[in-house]
Amino acid sequence: MALPVHASSGERAWYYSFRVLCAAIFVFLIGPIFVIVPLSFNELPYFTFTPEMLSFDPDGYSIKWYEEFFTEQSWQDAVANSFFIAIFATLISTTLGTLAALGLSQPYMPFRTTIMAVLISPMIVPLIISAAGMYFFYTRMGISSTHIGVIVAHAALGTPFVVITVTATLVGFDRSLIRAAASLGAGPTRIFFKIIVPLILPGVISGALFAFITSFDEVVVVLFVGSVEQRTIPWKMFSGIREEIRPTILAVATILVCISIALLTTVELLRRRSERLRGMSPG
Amino acid sequence: MAHELTTADGVPLRISLERALLRSRIRAALLVVPLMAFLLFAFILPIFDMLYRSVENSIVAQVLPETVVVLRDWDETGDALPDETVFETAVADIQAAFKAKTLGRLARRLNYEKPGMASLLRKSGRRSLRITEAPWSEQLIKIDRKWGDINLWRLIKRESDHVTESYFLAAVDMRLDDLGAVSWQPENRQIYLQLFWKTVWMSGLITILCLLLGYPVAFLLATLPLRTSNLLMVLVLLPFWTSLLVRTTSWIALLQHEGVLNDLMVVVGLISDDGRLQMIHNKIGTFVAMTHILLPFMILPLYSVMKTIPPSYMRAARSLGATPFTAFVRVYLPNTVSGIGAGSILVFILSIGYYITPALVGGRTGTFISNFIASHVSVTLNWGLAAALGVILLALVLALYLLYDRIVGIDNMKLG
Amino acid sequence: MRLLFGSSALAMGVVLGAGTALAVDLTVVSWGGAYTASQQKAYHDPYMAENPDVKIINDDSAAEGLAKLRAQVESGNVTWDLVDMVASDAITACDEGLIEEIDPDAMLAAAPDGTPASKDFFAGTLTPGGTNCFVPQIVYSTTFGYRTDAFEGEQPSTIADVFDLEKFPGRRALEKKPIGNLEWALIADGVSGDQVYEVLGTPEGVDRAFAKLDTIKDSVVWWTKGAQPPQLLADGEVAIASAYNGRLFSAIAEKNQPIAMLWDWQVFDLDGWVIPKGTPNKDAVLKYLMFATDTQRLADQAKFISYGPARYSSGPLVGKHADLGIDMKPHMPTNEANAKTILNFDYVWWADHRAELDERFNAWLAK
Repeated sequence: MALPVHASSGERAWYYSFRVLCAAIFVFLIGPIFVIVPLSFNELPYFTFTPEMLSFDPDGYSIKWYEEFFTEQSWQDAVANSFFIAIFATLISTTLGTLAALGLSQPYMPFRTTIMAVLISPMIVPLIISAAGMYFFYTRMGISSTHIGVIVAHAALGTPFVVITVTATLVGFDRSLIRAAASLGAGPTRIFFKIIVPLILPGVISGALFAFITSFDEVVVVLFVGSVEQRTIPWKMFSGIREEIRPTILAVATILVCISIALLTTVELLRRRSERLRGMSPG
Repeated sequence: MAHELTTADGVPLRISLERALLRSRIRAALLVVPLMAFLLFAFILPIFDMLYRSVENSIVAQVLPETVVVLRDWDETGDALPDETVFETAVADIQAAFKAKTLGRLARRLNYEKPGMASLLRKSGRRSLRITEAPWSEQLIKIDRKWGDINLWRLIKRESDHVTESYFLAAVDMRLDDLGAVSWQPENRQIYLQLFWKTVWMSGLITILCLLLGYPVAFLLATLPLRTSNLLMVLVLLPFWTSLLVRTTSWIALLQHEGVLNDLMVVVGLISDDGRLQMIHNKIGTFVAMTHILLPFMILPLYSVMKTIPPSYMRAARSLGATPFTAFVRVYLPNTVSGIGAGSILVFILSIGYYITPALVGGRTGTFISNFIASHVSVTLNWGLAAALGVILLALVLALYLLYDRIVGIDNMKLG
Repeated sequence: MRLLFGSSALAMGVVLGAGTALAVDLTVVSWGGAYTASQQKAYHDPYMAENPDVKIINDDSAAEGLAKLRAQVESGNVTWDLVDMVASDAITACDEGLIEEIDPDAMLAAAPDGTPASKDFFAGTLTPGGTNCFVPQIVYSTTFGYRTDAFEGEQPSTIADVFDLEKFPGRRALEKKPIGNLEWALIADGVSGDQVYEVLGTPEGVDRAFAKLDTIKDSVVWWTKGAQPPQLLADGEVAIASAYNGRLFSAIAEKNQPIAMLWDWQVFDLDGWVIPKGTPNKDAVLKYLMFATDTQRLADQAKFISYGPARYSSGPLVGKHADLGIDMKPHMPTNEANAKTILNFDYVWWADHRAELDERFNAWLAK
């Protein structure tokens, strides 16, 4: 959208004010996320900038909230729980979701749209309804207040993301590749691992990362289905914000932002690789 | 008889093809079955389990099993109390329930319908043990006059069915009056319709805010060279990948009374130190934080639609003499309608079901229906009402989901 | 050789088995924070030291205690062994048959002088609302704290002052539920303490209470968790806040915040133990309960938090704060100087009207 040389002054004014508007929206999007980074180094237990911080006085800064995070047992338990639950939930949802996506992309899938609608529904149904339902049902099954219960719940919430991303990589999939491989004598297993897996792998990995972050960020379901033994980082943050709001939460938030950046980078690289592989865009 | 084509091993081709088709259908289905089975157990049954609670009503029949039976013959439309057999049976049922400690559950259930039932039943439980012979009604009424109130018996008879509509009525601020006719709750107890309406209009406004902020950004991203837009896209995707609680925390730090924005405005001199603005724990807090959280869900669908519009359309319109504004309104905008629809419905669906952010920044006025469902599940323990509110919310969401499917197609949902 | 090895392994197994046959994990549900810490130091630690085969696991979900307990018992899947509850919830749980009945003299320790438990706990506290499933630990109160630097000259001292925005300007923090607030509103409006429930029992009385709350509504911050009001006071977000007295004590005495107590018409309530029906470890729980509610243990808890022990015999044993060394008696809600005007919740009245008034309160809040 470069400005043509013959643009009138009105167009010029419009062009630049539009750019300023967009810049402001980008600040709105990103600013709040990064404002917590300096705040997490506050020496005092406040959620705002102190005069010392603004004058860049080193005494105004401190890493004590990070120390608190890394030394306090309950935070460490929460970190362990978060990873444990998210990893197992991701494994389940990725395996089942990938298989289902493969099935859905078969040319002769019966009731395709209906099934797709059902598989996507965990993403659409309000979390509070899922959480309340799981709370009653899992208690009856004897798996509420257990790690298994929370893992099962999070796996269910994560599957739509896997189904969507893997299906998307299969959209442009050229089925003649399979026929070609078969005519050259490859068995179904060989076809699966040599042809299908490399092509859908980027989709599987980004689906897995979505499923991971879904579980890693999730708080409503874990509040209902879990108990203290399953306390995760978001749970600690939620109760921290509601009860005793300390800058430790800002330190945790900063760490989480770093994790998000790492995940986002991975997903972006994968997406571009996938598009390149399928020849869809130069990336 | 016409000659039928056969395969090499002599099977008619038609049958062979049908078999092959069936095989691939089964293979496709088998791949989906594990996930379907898993979701059935982990997600779908739990939801139905909860939804069933919105009409489930076995308590009265369970706790007063004989009384409900004999009450069937009593004419509740008349103005005579049930006869002596009913009282005799009721006393026996109450005695048994008191011993089995089930009277408390009945008390809670009936107290939802008629305040005062809780203490009546608690009081009657222990004292009923003293009643061993006729006259039953006289002695029961002596324990509490309310047993002589015909409306109490009407209530018991009405609620002796295994399903009830009273939770749904309560969820829309209505109730059954003493004679069993539907009527409004007293005005000062009406809350849920208002709350549904507030959830809907606030979600609508959040959707509009997202559209107003998302449209220019999506337009910019779609028209910039790929290299630049990919870079800027990261700014949209990062919030999307950042924990909801991190973003909510940020807004608390920014908006609160002693927070960054208030401090900044005091320093700049826009407001005085005493005149700090209340921007959180009210509707403003919910609007700002929710718009921020849901904005990427608007930008992404808009962007994917805008990317498919060839720039030549706008150039053609301009070269035919349209002003930039006309060209935009007449040519570009109509082409993005499907993106607007997709993004708006998605944002709206996500917004009306939100719980965490309104709970943390919504305060007294900025909370949604979800917050009340949560509180009925875990604080007031009125699970039937929670379920009824949940059913209504779910119906609303599913209707929008179908609409989304119509406009966009669920298959076309993309992430990132 | 193999046989020998096998049998010795078996023998070892038997020995180990004998040692661990009684090993048991008890899941004890409580309120978390300073409160669980006081129980840990006064009850759990000494008990585990005496009984190495018992491991006590803390679960801080008492705030959802009744909801989760009901879900567990209804589904026949009880994973909790002992739950800390306020008396009103215990009444509900007992009425609904969710918790075990308690026979005080058989299950609870007598006082050191031989007074049976049924006589040693404060009168009526073992049987709130006529139920018999509850073992009280502490008497706590919901009362007010105010910032000492918020007002010049006269400081607030009565419940009427809390509702007086002209004399004592500044924001208030109140708990986000009708219980307590309606009673205080009526008292501030001139109703005498012993007639509160009589007045509240009439529609006009309820209107009057809400009308009084209306006068301060715009200045109120509503809290839902016990840790919030001391924090709101400490941050200067509010000038006066209702709070649990123990939380205020810890803000004042342990964290040296500029806060003072306002005890007028403090609302007394009880907090204690209940045993979920169907706990798999009932014997072990009863053994623990006998220990944790004896005279000395209840007195010990008061070293760590300023709640009054619920036994007569524990009173004289209450001493100094474990870390600060200050005398705890003047900080107890039951102390004479603090307890000049007290209000006792009418649990039975609230059981009838809670659902109705919750709705009305929420409708009022949303307006």
